[in-house]
Amino acid sequence: MPQVTYIEHDGTEHRIALEEGLSVMRGAVDNGVPGIDADCGGECACATCHVYVDEAWLAKTGAPGEQEASMLSFAATAQPNSRLSCQITMTPALDGLVVRLPEAQH
Amino acid sequence: MNAPVNPASDAWTTPLDQLDPSHPARFQDHSMWPYFERLRREAPVHHSTTSPLFGPYWSVTKYKDIMAVEVNHRQFSSDSGHGGISIRDRPKDLRLPMFIAMDPPRHDEQRKVVQPIVAPGNLAKLEGIIRERAGRILDGLPRGETFNWVEHVSIELTVQMLATLFDFPFEDRRKLSFWSDCATAVPEAGGFIDSEEKREQVFAECLAYFTELWNQRVNAEPRPDLISMLAHGEATRTMSPREYLGNLILLIVGGNDTTRNSISGGVLFLNQTPGEYAKLRANPGLIESMVPEIIRYQTPLAHMRRTAVEDVELGGQRIRAGDKVVMWYISGNRDPEAIEEPERFIIDRKRPRQHLSFGFGIHRCVGNRLAELQLKILWEEILRRFERVEVVGEPKRVFSSFIHGITDLPVRIPA
Ligand code: HEM
Repeated sequence: MPQVTYIEHDGTEHRIALEEGLSVMRGAVDNGVPGIDADCGGECACATCHVYVDEAWLAKTGAPGEQEASMLSFAATAQPNSRLSCQITMTPALDGLVVRLPEAQH
Repeated sequence: MNAPVNPASDAWTTPLDQLDPSHPARFQDHSMWPYFERLRREAPVHHSTTSPLFGPYWSVTKYKDIMAVEVNHRQFSSDSGHGGISIRDRPKDLRLPMFIAMDPPRHDEQRKVVQPIVAPGNLAKLEGIIRERAGRILDGLPRGETFNWVEHVSIELTVQMLATLFDFPFEDRRKLSFWSDCATAVPEAGGFIDSEEKREQVFAECLAYFTELWNQRVNAEPRPDLISMLAHGEATRTMSPREYLGNLILLIVGGNDTTRNSISGGVLFLNQTPGEYAKLRANPGLIESMVPEIIRYQTPLAHMRRTAVEDVELGGQRIRAGDKVVMWYISGNRDPEAIEEPERFIIDRKRPRQHLSFGFGIHRCVGNRLAELQLKILWEEILRRFERVEVVGEPKRVFSSFIHGITDLPVRIPA
């Protein structure tokens, strides 16, 4: 299974194997990675599964969709490499993906 | 004078096409629950044409349908030009422009101006202030005596918080709750605001007061308070006075009634479920998951309204362009298909934030983490001081199908 590394704001790393087709948000929530709240459960409707995609992976994860971009635009902690992790679906090409978590979700 | 509710109307026997769950009196005496239960079962997307107060409207009562409306802001507009965000249609000239009642792109531009108020760094700064004030309020409460928790704690704490967010003169802070109450008052309830003219007079006083604060802030360096943010914000610094007023009312009401009623609700729910109160005392760590559960269970805003801007299909029903669509959060939060045992208040749910009380999508509550923070700190400080806060009488509730609130909650703290 492809793996994702989640790096908490304090630097703690979590390597998680994720089934293809699942979202990066799911991987965190189902495995108890702290720092991803996912209030809406994956509807792209709350922006509390916000992550920063490691620069090296940006081309492969692609750009946010329109709804995602508006939700992200309200997050005070957003940066150019911000994504909502419920909108990144695991594929073999993403094996090794690295995402960092913001200071807080809101 | 209260508008009449048909007393013979029964939730389970009234013909579906005559069912009207919206009457404010039902929210005051809490007889609305079976109406929503029936709608969720028999007509989850339901058209009502019999409301004496609000005219024809659609009720959306199931969690997943509400979510579908929330994320579809293109077809379901919040714009005040179409009718805005509450079931009550206000006359066009009295509608206040505010970003909760705007669609993109203006909504997005204005929301971004105030969003930094809840940035992680700012919340961290507020935490100490909230804790100190909560402590002081609690230390001043009488022991062994009956008093109204709403007045002494819920209102006082939320108003102090608001004063801080606006950097508003502290000694005048009760003006904020007065303006908030006037903004949300239902004229039919027969209170102080018994006409729209009276409301407009109060709004004029509110605007005059805040205009002075604007003038001070606009001539000073930008600071992290809401007025300074609006006065210096790219998208807001050229607002008309009426738009300034609208956004002030949004921030005052948004941060006030809702948090107030969650503070009151928490005390009530723990008293109604002594087992949960015992669990909490044994493990204060449960405050973390209890706070969102309180907000779900209270659902401080019973609904938000949208207006369809084109014909659209929802839950098998055909909604027409121009139709009023009411998302009953208070019903979606009790939908057993989305939330396990939704009728029960359970302080250690697995996914407690999965509720509709803050809305979802681009209008999702700006203050959601701030509201949670206030409740969390308050409960930490309560548990540190009091073995119990006992509810000793029936709560009195607000006459409104928008604000789901409590005006009186008699309590006693054992001496
Ligand atoms: C428990 C407390 C609270 C509840 C239940 C609540 C609920 C809501 C709801 C239901 C919405 C509209 C969502 C929609 O239309 O989809 C909203 C929006 C909003 N709330 Fe809150 N709120 C609370 C606390 C606060 C606080 C403390 C603030 C102050 C900073 C605040 C400020 C706002 C603002 C500015 C909006 C408009 C957002 C927009 O249109 O983009 N709220 N809130």
